[in-house]
Amino acid sequence: MCLLAAFSGLIVIIMAFALCIRSLPILKTKSLAGLLLSDAWHPSRGEFGFLAFIFGTLWVTAVACLIAVPVSILTSIYLSEYAGKRVRGSVTPFIDILAGIPSVVYGMWGVLVIVPFIKEHFAPLFGISSSGYCVLAGGMVLAVMIFPVIIHISVGVLGSVPQALKDASLSLGATKWQTIKNVVIRRAMPGLVAASVLGLSRAFGETMAVLMVVGNVARIPHSIFAPAYPLPALIANNYGEMLSVKFYDAGLLFASLILLLVVLCFNAVSRMILSGSKWSTYYNG
Amino acid sequence: MDKRRLEENIFKGLMVCSTALIVFSLFLILETVVRKGLPYLSWGMITQAPTSGYYLGKDGGILNAILGSLYLTGGAVLLAVLVSLPVALYLNVYSKKGSPLAYFTRFAFDVLWGIPSIVYGAFGFTIMLFFGIKASLLGGIITIALLILPIMSRAMDEVMRMVPVELLEASYALGATRLETALKVVVRQALPGILTAILIAFGRGIGDAASLLFTAGFTDSLPSSLLRPAATLPLAIFFQFGTPMPEVQGRAYASALILTIIILIISVVSRLLTKRFTRHIIK
Repeated sequence: MCLLAAFSGLIVIIMAFALCIRSLPILKTKSLAGLLLSDAWHPSRGEFGFLAFIFGTLWVTAVACLIAVPVSILTSIYLSEYAGKRVRGSVTPFIDILAGIPSVVYGMWGVLVIVPFIKEHFAPLFGISSSGYCVLAGGMVLAVMIFPVIIHISVGVLGSVPQALKDASLSLGATKWQTIKNVVIRRAMPGLVAASVLGLSRAFGETMAVLMVVGNVARIPHSIFAPAYPLPALIANNYGEMLSVKFYDAGLLFASLILLLVVLCFNAVSRMILSGSKWSTYYNG
Repeated sequence: MDKRRLEENIFKGLMVCSTALIVFSLFLILETVVRKGLPYLSWGMITQAPTSGYYLGKDGGILNAILGSLYLTGGAVLLAVLVSLPVALYLNVYSKKGSPLAYFTRFAFDVLWGIPSIVYGAFGFTIMLFFGIKASLLGGIITIALLILPIMSRAMDEVMRMVPVELLEASYALGATRLETALKVVVRQALPGILTAILIAFGRGIGDAASLLFTAGFTDSLPSSLLRPAATLPLAIFFQFGTPMPEVQGRAYASALILTIIILIISVVSRLLTKRFTRHIIK
């Protein structure tokens, strides 16, 4: 059992190691900066520049977070501070279901609802014509997908703020909102940041839903109505033909290595914040 | 009205709007899935495999994907239970308080939980290359097992942690060994939670597409062997949704509806399990 536990703990390291080895061929022939800072993507000519894909990922993730973080945090505050037991009891199952819906279904919904909405109603508002398959569509679908992640953790963090602190503030004549603003949020800040980062890292690596709505054009996007091509979509779209082009497989596995490392950092940092604040006994039982 | 009340009301309004927005988006998604999928859901749809090619053929249903998904996720869940249960027991019965290994394992699971499924897919693919396995049911099972392992282990770990220490001590005092205590006291006490953990992992596994793209492949035929490719519901949606033919798209809509129904059932059952069984266990 001890061995099994140690083994499952080591999976992350094995994963990173395996991907590293498989992407070595391309790392040997090209400089790291050349791979990350060039946007020339012509695998058949041996040019592998990931910049457009990295920017695609960043744009989509940023849009998703701009939408999801405020909405989720406000909802979490509502659920943990204002809502009565009945409201909370009836909203929580919905959030759980939202967390369970498969990403392909989100993608399908995005294509059927969000994309036409942007094309026909939202983009014309700004006088822009867009196919609807764009950064904004990806961001909106992702935002809905990460609501449950952020809310779930934020509610836990907010619930751990000691009642005595709130009582002290209320008894000094502060209103409920002032108490939340000056006491609860301040106290829960690190946890809320960690929750948002976890949501962000979820968005960063999400593949199918984004792939279906984001347009997949390998160019650095310049507006939220432009199509993008995030890293995970690149991997998913090209796996079929990768074994026929030299270095293509190494390139794609390098892309997954980047994803793995970035998400690993985000996750490790936010988990440390979470285990340090409220959950000091969190990992030690 | 003074300024403080105004601010309070503005923010309260915003909060209610946010909550409503989230619940509304869930209903919007469910409405879309049902509206599109219901007309295509028929007996033939769920009892036939596609007869003339999943991408272009108009006839047949999605039995290949339904069976494939059930076999694949079932196998993966089985594999993951075989690892998670001992690990969770180890963390809660065997390891000492404050043991670095326990700390590290829990931390590693939490970090693994966030790793994108496409990375699991790429990793699964490198393992398969290493062992010389082609895209197959087996490859899919291994990849999904890895994907749900952290979810299942952490969920089991959380419920086992709720088992009161007094129960363990009572068992030890009667002369039971650690193994007996683990299997007969901890597992029994935490059983509803363990079942819920398995269900949650099943739900996560059955909905995942990105990791299966290159590990399980896709096929028209019913799954027959561990070493042949297998169709799955999420990929059935993904591939068939992209065709121009309405009949084929219909199969995607039907798959989405079935998948969503499975997820909803899992969600309801695990809720019921938690409610019903927690009444009988010792608190």
